[in-house]
Amino acid sequence: MVAPEDGSGRTDVLSYLRVDRFPHLWCPGCGHGIVLGALVRAIMRLELDPRRVVVVSGIGCAARAAGYLNFDGVHTTHGRAIAFASGIKLARPELEVIVITGDGDLAAIGGNHFVHACRRNMGITVVCFNNSIYGMTSGQYSPMTPYHAMATTAPYGHIERPFDLCALAAGCGATYVARGAAYFPARLADYIAGGLRHKGFAFIEAVTQCPTYFGRRNKMPRGVDLLRWQKERAVPVERAARMTPEELEGKFTVGVFRDAEELEYTEEYDRIIALAGYREGGESGCPAPGR
Amino acid sequence: MPRRADRPALLQGNEACARGAVTAGVRFFAGYPITPSSEIAEILARLLPQVGGKFIQMEDEIASMAAVIGASLAGRKAMTATSGPGFSLKQENIGYAAMAEVPCVIVNVQRAGPSTGLPTSPAQGDVMQARWGTHGDHPVVVMCPSSVKETYDLVIECVNWSEVLRVPAVLLMDEVVAHMRENVILPRDDDVVIWDRPAPDLPPGHPDFLAYRPGPDDVPPMARFGDGYRYHVTGLHHDERGYPLHQGSKAEELVRRLHRKVERRRRELTKVEWTVGEHSGPALPEGLAEGRGRGAGRTVVVAYGAVARSAEEACRGLAAEGRDVALLRLVTLWPFPDEACRLAAGLAAGGGEILVVEMNLGQVAREVERAVGGRCPVRHYGRVDGELITPAEIAAEITGQRGS
Repeated sequence: MVAPEDGSGRTDVLSYLRVDRFPHLWCPGCGHGIVLGALVRAIMRLELDPRRVVVVSGIGCAARAAGYLNFDGVHTTHGRAIAFASGIKLARPELEVIVITGDGDLAAIGGNHFVHACRRNMGITVVCFNNSIYGMTSGQYSPMTPYHAMATTAPYGHIERPFDLCALAAGCGATYVARGAAYFPARLADYIAGGLRHKGFAFIEAVTQCPTYFGRRNKMPRGVDLLRWQKERAVPVERAARMTPEELEGKFTVGVFRDAEELEYTEEYDRIIALAGYREGGESGCPAPGR
Repeated sequence: MPRRADRPALLQGNEACARGAVTAGVRFFAGYPITPSSEIAEILARLLPQVGGKFIQMEDEIASMAAVIGASLAGRKAMTATSGPGFSLKQENIGYAAMAEVPCVIVNVQRAGPSTGLPTSPAQGDVMQARWGTHGDHPVVVMCPSSVKETYDLVIECVNWSEVLRVPAVLLMDEVVAHMRENVILPRDDDVVIWDRPAPDLPPGHPDFLAYRPGPDDVPPMARFGDGYRYHVTGLHHDERGYPLHQGSKAEELVRRLHRKVERRRRELTKVEWTVGEHSGPALPEGLAEGRGRGAGRTVVVAYGAVARSAEEACRGLAAEGRDVALLRLVTLWPFPDEACRLAAGLAAGGGEILVVEMNLGQVAREVERAVGGRCPVRHYGRVDGELITPAEIAAEITGQRGS
């Protein structure tokens, strides 16, 4: 275990957090803290050097997690976290680059960056805190709001179908794809650790709950109501394979959907640098200062 | 990289831009194809890996600006290039770079707008967008080359200023300068002055390290991501630790400091070139600035970019005929060269005038009016049809011989 260098010598979850930033801005009953805890436990389990971890987030409730984590962190513009992260990773491939995003940030305004990052297979780990709603702006429908659910911008019920984010990621070429839920934090940490270990682009969807802006409008006003919803509807991917479409109606699958070895982008680019004739050493192919 | 020699090379403006960027130490470029800037991306796709740098064509203009900022946070000198519609798309993240103080250079090869406009034709319609394109009061540095050689020099200046001031810098080219070819003699790399961003003087993990504590020049030293400083960067108003702030005096102080760090260097930053008779240089010839009151009939032309080439030709021709004309060519557009404009007004006061010639409907002319504060008349001649303004047009405008 590499202890975070906060001088405390502690190696627990809190030692990876900027506790001086607490209280956090998440509402009572929100699942984001559970997902953040799973992420930290995955980082601890893999003994990642905290000095080499960079957290990149966009805009929204989930994105504020970057400010609570005691790593280099960048809280970027709405939807663009993956694009910022791509620049960081390509510039210094030796860094462990983690994107924290929400369902609106990732799948609506950031959709284009998401699908192309899946295709490009750069070694970034994206964790999407999917709470089915725009929480920060107080309850408008997102691309993950369920069909017929209520939202401030769907006062008569929502008439759009949500994405299956994991199917979308896999379809776009993501080489590691998994889905967990806040109700199953240990499994969620396993999936995130799998993504961090993976060499190419990794996508982990974390189903989480927003009692304040989703639950209250949808007859599940408490966090526990939404956690129960997750518990009753989550189906492991192995079991789902043996179920009929009718049996899977209203359920969501959890587990690892894809874990494939393919050439990673920054390694491919190193090959380009060699092809172009660059021979000098230096960190990540960086030329010596001055030239 | 081929070693540059002291013999002329026939270069296109966009090629000079790409080569200058590499000389300046740019080792990361992210971009998206757009006319008339695409050659910059194409050339850097070839050159950057040769020096161990990275090139990536992103999925859109927004992503390329984001990737540039990310790479800069990770310690690389980073640049993008685009044109009008792409420049519009990049604006939000340019504001982010200004707020989070991330060095980066944006090349905008101007084409005729608004909107898709005339994609292959020149214009100078983005002067105000370069200054105020992103929301909020933000600092920016904008430079505008008139030749292929100057494109090479100014992209290096933009990189240098962006790094030392931690501010986005815009190289505002136009389609004519970007696509024309000229014989140029590039300086040897060793003769080029390169500036780097200020580095923290405290080691990683030091309890007194504050990521956004400004130095005496109002610029905070910049730590590289991954070096152990473990700091937070945000586009929100933030304190010296980088943590979000709410409204109040600290928020105001941040925005004022962002402006102050550029204003402090205004004198070095604002470059112009004067052409008066045989004289040509960054300052007015001795004695001329005191020519106040003897400006009757004198025209001082103000121009920049490709149009300044036409203006120079026109002025030299008229001067040879004995006409009292002078040319003030703006090299830096922002911070705006107010002082040079006031000198121009001094030359023209007492019966002369300033004539601003530009390929837009008066974006710089209004700034010149503001700067001269009524000391002399300011007239504007502009064109927005995608055609470069010719020397003959300018000469006719000066002599009043234009048919109406």
